Amino acid sequence: MNMTSRRRVTHSIIFVLLLIGAVFMIGPLLWMLSTSFKDKQDVFALPPVWIPRPFHFDKYSEIWEAGPLLSGIKNSLIIAVTVTIVGTFTSSLAAFSFAKLRFPGKNKIFLLMLSSLMIPYPAVMIPQFFMFSKLGWIDTLLPLIVPGLFGNIVMIFFLRQYLSSVPNAIIEAAKIDGSSYFRLYSSITFPLIKPAVAAQLILWFMGIWNDYLSPIIYLNSPEKQTLQLVIANFNATYAIQTDYPLIMAASIIALLPMLIIFLVFQKQIIESVAISGVKG
Amino acid sequence: MNVKSNLYRKEKIYGFLFILPPLLGLLIFTLYPMIYSIYGSFTDWDGLGQMNFIGLSNFKDLWSDELFHKALFNTLFMMLGIPIGITLALLLALGLNRGVPGTTAFRVIYYVPVISSLAAVSIMWNWAYNGDYGLVNQFLDLFGISGPNWMANKYTVKPALIIMAVWKGLGYTMLLYLAALQSVSRSYYEAAELDGANGFKSFWHITWPMVRPVTFFIIVTNIIGGSQIFTEMNIMTPTGGPEYASASVVFYIWQKAFGNFQMGYASAMAVFLGVFIFVVTLIQFRMNEKQSFDVD
Repeated sequence: MNMTSRRRVTHSIIFVLLLIGAVFMIGPLLWMLSTSFKDKQDVFALPPVWIPRPFHFDKYSEIWEAGPLLSGIKNSLIIAVTVTIVGTFTSSLAAFSFAKLRFPGKNKIFLLMLSSLMIPYPAVMIPQFFMFSKLGWIDTLLPLIVPGLFGNIVMIFFLRQYLSSVPNAIIEAAKIDGSSYFRLYSSITFPLIKPAVAAQLILWFMGIWNDYLSPIIYLNSPEKQTLQLVIANFNATYAIQTDYPLIMAASIIALLPMLIIFLVFQKQIIESVAISGVKG
Repeated sequence: MNVKSNLYRKEKIYGFLFILPPLLGLLIFTLYPMIYSIYGSFTDWDGLGQMNFIGLSNFKDLWSDELFHKALFNTLFMMLGIPIGITLALLLALGLNRGVPGTTAFRVIYYVPVISSLAAVSIMWNWAYNGDYGLVNQFLDLFGISGPNWMANKYTVKPALIIMAVWKGLGYTMLLYLAALQSVSRSYYEAAELDGANGFKSFWHITWPMVRPVTFFIIVTNIIGGSQIFTEMNIMTPTGGPEYASASVVFYIWQKAFGNFQMGYASAMAVFLGVFIFVVTLIQFRMNEKQSFDVD
């Protein structure tokens, strides 16, 4: 066998193996989607039915009455949108300052922030709970919103790294022209780092949207809960009635927005993840 | 001169002002609670009455608390998924790095579980692990294997959670490896080929050492993430599983703190967890230092 045909054979083998792997990755999710279109009896059919006949769309109309799904979506959106917009502003401003301005103690403060990444959320969640409980914020969205407004250290770190590739000369020149420091950030730096900001913002948004531990600590009443808690409650309630199509339909609703965002921005997201890993 | 020093004074003020929000956030929402956690771990804090200092009593109780031992063992056991995930992800990345058709599509497909909500996929896997009608056992049936009722059996519940965790995280690890592989210069392989190195040899002497920093990064972040595992058990085994076989440390902390209001005791566990993560990170930094000496 010559080189090219041998390469072709190995390529085909790799392709087939990747394809089998892909089936395992996406299979369970497709099964979830297919279950959401079944009627209650078809769910228990053996061997399993992958393409329901006929398709039942009624679970997707039923879920809105079966639990506070709509308010779950609304609460998740309020938290994620407020935090990412305000938090991205504070984070990018701080990243600009850390990367391009000179002030005493800068590197020490930056190191302090970085080392705080080592402190896991479970280690601080109990005193945090009492802080917010004293303020009367339990069962409101505030404990999930307010800490994020102060910025995100991972984002600051990432943007600071990214800013090191922006030449200082541009900023120095504008400084001498008498531009204010906020303008240096808003009209010179920010436009340059927009793609990095966007990728980080999306990743952060997804993290908040999918978060489960902090909402479960703070939110009790059904109408205050985030989407993730609402679907977990669907699971607890309707599993007893073996209404799996309903549970799966609700879960699909929880997955879908992030899936769409990912498919639209997959290039930026994948790049951002790859860079943050390789650079440590 | 005067203008310049004036400029610098202004820069000092603005520079500090711009980092003030995250700095305040760090002090209020991380450092202060952390100190409070440490203090609380030495008290009989119940969330309502007075906090009485009881010394190391909570830590002594942890030492003899069988449920804590179980939760700790479960958490560590489930980290067996880390080497499995790393091996699979590296194999996948090596496959994808050869430029087979459909690379972009594969990257997207393998990454979909990563972005999927953990709550939703926990619900889905819980149903897939159902003993009678679940997808997993129906698949095993094809090979004539009759699978167990995964989540209800104390021997299978942890492997079931490991399989799910590997599935969920594989795309992320694969992506990191793929990025690392793409930064390895082709000339190394060409030189190795001239020297007569076969595929495995060039993997062992070139690829593996080159991706070592990424491997470290993955191991450390996975241990940190794995030690905080919670959502899966909370949704799939709300009572901690058969004979508490799937409860994790964070699950137990959460139960003690917000279920039993044993805040002091839960804080002691939280401090334990924090120290564990600190030590893991410290080891990583040490190893990285050593590594850079190797390169020099």
